[in-house]
Amino acid sequence: MSIFVDSGTRLIVQGITGRDGSFHAKQMMEYGTTVVGGVTPGKGGQKFEGTVPIFNTVAEAVKATSANTTVIYVPPPFAADAMMEAADAGISLIVAITEGVPVMDMTRVYPFVRERGARLLGPNCPGLISPGKSKVGIIPGRICTPGSIGLVSRSGTLTYEVVYQMTRAGLGQTTCVGIGGDPINGTNFIDCLAAFQADEDTTSVVIIGEIGGTDEQEAARFVKENMTKPVVGFIAGQTAPPGRRMGHAGAIISGSAGTAAEKIQAFEDNGIAVAKRPIDVVGLLKART
Amino acid sequence: MNIHEYQAKEIFRSHGIPIPDGDIATTPAEAEALAKKYGGTVVVKAQVHAGGRGKAGGVKLAKNPKEAREIAEKILALTIKDLPVQKVLVTPAADIATEAYVGVIIDRASKRATFMVSPAGGIDIEEVAAKTPEKLRKLAVDPRYGLQPYEAMELGFFLYDDVKQVRAAAKIMQQLYAAFVASGASLAEINPLVTTPDGTVLALDAKMVVDDNELDRKPDLAAMRDESAEAPSEVEARNANLTFIKLEGNVGCIVNGAGLAMATMDLVKYYGGEPANFLDIGGSSNPEKVVAALKIITSDPSVKAILFNIFGGITRTDDVANGIVTATKKSPLKVPIVIRLTGTNEEIAVKILEENGFTALTDMDDAVQRAVQLATGKEAA
Ligand SMILES: Nc1ncnc2c1ncn2[C@@H]1O[C@H](COP(=O)(O)OP(=O)(O)OP(=O)(O)O)[C@@H](O)[C@H]1O
Ligand SMILES: [Mg+2]
Repeated sequence: MSIFVDSGTRLIVQGITGRDGSFHAKQMMEYGTTVVGGVTPGKGGQKFEGTVPIFNTVAEAVKATSANTTVIYVPPPFAADAMMEAADAGISLIVAITEGVPVMDMTRVYPFVRERGARLLGPNCPGLISPGKSKVGIIPGRICTPGSIGLVSRSGTLTYEVVYQMTRAGLGQTTCVGIGGDPINGTNFIDCLAAFQADEDTTSVVIIGEIGGTDEQEAARFVKENMTKPVVGFIAGQTAPPGRRMGHAGAIISGSAGTAAEKIQAFEDNGIAVAKRPIDVVGLLKART
Repeated sequence: MNIHEYQAKEIFRSHGIPIPDGDIATTPAEAEALAKKYGGTVVVKAQVHAGGRGKAGGVKLAKNPKEAREIAEKILALTIKDLPVQKVLVTPAADIATEAYVGVIIDRASKRATFMVSPAGGIDIEEVAAKTPEKLRKLAVDPRYGLQPYEAMELGFFLYDDVKQVRAAAKIMQQLYAAFVASGASLAEINPLVTTPDGTVLALDAKMVVDDNELDRKPDLAAMRDESAEAPSEVEARNANLTFIKLEGNVGCIVNGAGLAMATMDLVKYYGGEPANFLDIGGSSNPEKVVAALKIITSDPSVKAILFNIFGGITRTDDVANGIVTATKKSPLKVPIVIRLTGTNEEIAVKILEENGFTALTDMDDAVQRAVQLATGKEAA
C-alpha cells in the first residue's frame, strides 16, 4: 500500500502545454503514472505528445476520463482558480506545484476545497510519489525506491537529499510527500502522519521540518498521542537568524514560536528521534527497524 | 515586502481610518518647515523598516520648528537595528488619554486573516501576549464574509467601555480589514490606537507588510518599495531573482532550495565552520543566475571559501556548471571553491567542470567538510 497516490491514480495535468507542465507531464508518464488528460483553456481537442487528450475545462476532463487526481502547473495569478475549478469538478486529490500563489487567495481556496471534500496538497510543493506506482509532481523518480518507510516534508530539495541518502542505504519508501512551505497549505504534517499510521505497508516514518510556525510542534504531539510506528525527524534552520525571511513565505520566526531549537525540543519530548545531519536519518531508521 | 509608516498611513487613510496629518522630511530644514506649517507641538519619527523605533530614540516630540530641526538632525543621523535613517515623518502631536493595539495577520493555524487586539497598546505586543495573555483578544475572520459589524463591535468592547469609542474602533477595524485584503497584506497593525481626552479615537502609528506574491498584480504597492532602506546585497539578489541573506561567517553558500540551503548552513556549523550567508538560487536556475550569485558572494570580503550544494531536480546541474565556468572566466576567483552537485544531467555537469579545471563532489557531507577546512585552515571538527 501507500498513501494518497497509487496504481489507481488517474491523473490530469492542469497547464499541460506550459513550459513546466509539459516537461513534468512527460516525466510522470515515463515514470509510469497513469496520465489520462490535460487541461489548457483554448486547446481542448488537441493531443499532448500525440496520445494524451487535452480539454478546455477540468469538468470536461473528469467527465471524459474519470480522473481522480490533478496536478497544477499554472502560473501564480491563475493557480487559485485552477484549484477551485478542480475541487468543483469532483477531483479528490489536488496537487498544486505552483510557487508564488498569493496567500490571500489561499484563504479563500482552503475552505472552498474542504467543503467539496477534496484533499489539497500544496501549493508551492514538490508533490508526492509512491515509488514504483505513481509519481505526481516533480520529485525525481530515480532517487526513490519502493520500500516500507513513509516520508513527509515541508521542503523540496532537502526532501530529495534525504530520500537519496535513504535509497543509497537501501531504505525504500511507501510514499514521499512534500507538503510545501507556504503559510497556508492544504495538507499538513498531521494529515500525512495519520495516513502513514493507518497504512499497513508503512513501518516507520520520517518527518522533515524547518523553522517558522508551530506545525512541527503540533505534529510532535500528534505522534506521541496517536502513533505507534517509530518516527525519525530532522529540522532545518538551526543557524537561521531570528526574524528574517528564508525564502519560504512560511519560514518566518514569529516571537519565540518557530525556532529550530524549539522544534527539536518538541520532537525529542514526544519520542521522535532527531537526526543532527540529513545523513543521520539513515542510521536512526536502521536502529528502529 | 515591508513598507514605511508614512506609506502604510497613506493606505489606511484611503480606507477612511482617522490619522493625523503628516509629511516626510529628508533634511532638518524640511522638518522645520513642516513643523511651521502644522504649528504647535509635532512628533518627528524615523522611517525605517523596524519595530521599536520609539525605544531606539527614533520617535521624539518637538515643541517648536527650531526644536523640530534639531531633533530631525539627530534622528537622521541614527542607525536603528542596522538600518540608517534617511527619512523622518513629521506629524502634529496628539493628546493621548489611552493607547491600544490593533493588528491583523495571516494566521497559519486557522488559515485566516486574524485580528489581535489589546487595550494595553503602545508596547511590544509579544510581551503582552506572553505575560498577560488575558489582555489579548484574537478573532479569525471568515474570508467569505469579511469582518462582520458585530464581530468588530465585540473587539471594540474589549478595548473600550464608552460605546461611542467602541463604535469608532469597530469602524476602524472594518476599514483596517478592507485595507489588509485590498493590499494583499500579511500584516497590518495600528500601535498605538489612541483615544484623546475628548474621546476621539485615532491611529498614531501604522505598519504593513505586503505579501511578495501580490506585487506582480499590484504595481502601485510594488512602487512603494524603498530600496535605499534595504541592504544593497539583498536588493541585488532580489533583482537577480535570488533569495540572499547576509550572515556573519566566512563560508559562502550557494544552494538550490530554501530547505536544503538552511540544512547546508546547519551542516557548515556542525563541522565547525560559520556560514557567511543564506543564498537560494531557486528551482529552474539558468547560468545567469549562478553568475549573479557568485558575484554577490565574492563581493563579501569575509568569505574565505565558496560552497556550492546543488541537488538537481528541476534545476539542471549542467546549467549550474556552465554558470560557474562563465562567471570564473570573467573574474577569476580569489578564494577556493567546493562544488557538490548531484541529480539531473550530473554527468554532463561533471564533464564541463573537469574540462575547466574544477572538481565536483557528489556527497554533501564531504563537500561541507572540505569547504569548512578551506575557510578555517584546519581539519573539520
Ligand atoms: N502623533 C503623536 N502624538 C503623540 N504621541 C505620539 C505620536 N506618535 C507617536 N507617539 C507616541 O510615541 C510612541 C511610539 O510611537 P510609535 O508607535 O509610532 O513608534 P514605534 O517605536 O514604532 O512603536 P512600535 O514598538 O510599535 O514599533 C507611541 O506609543 C506614542 O505614545
Ligand atoms: Mg508603534
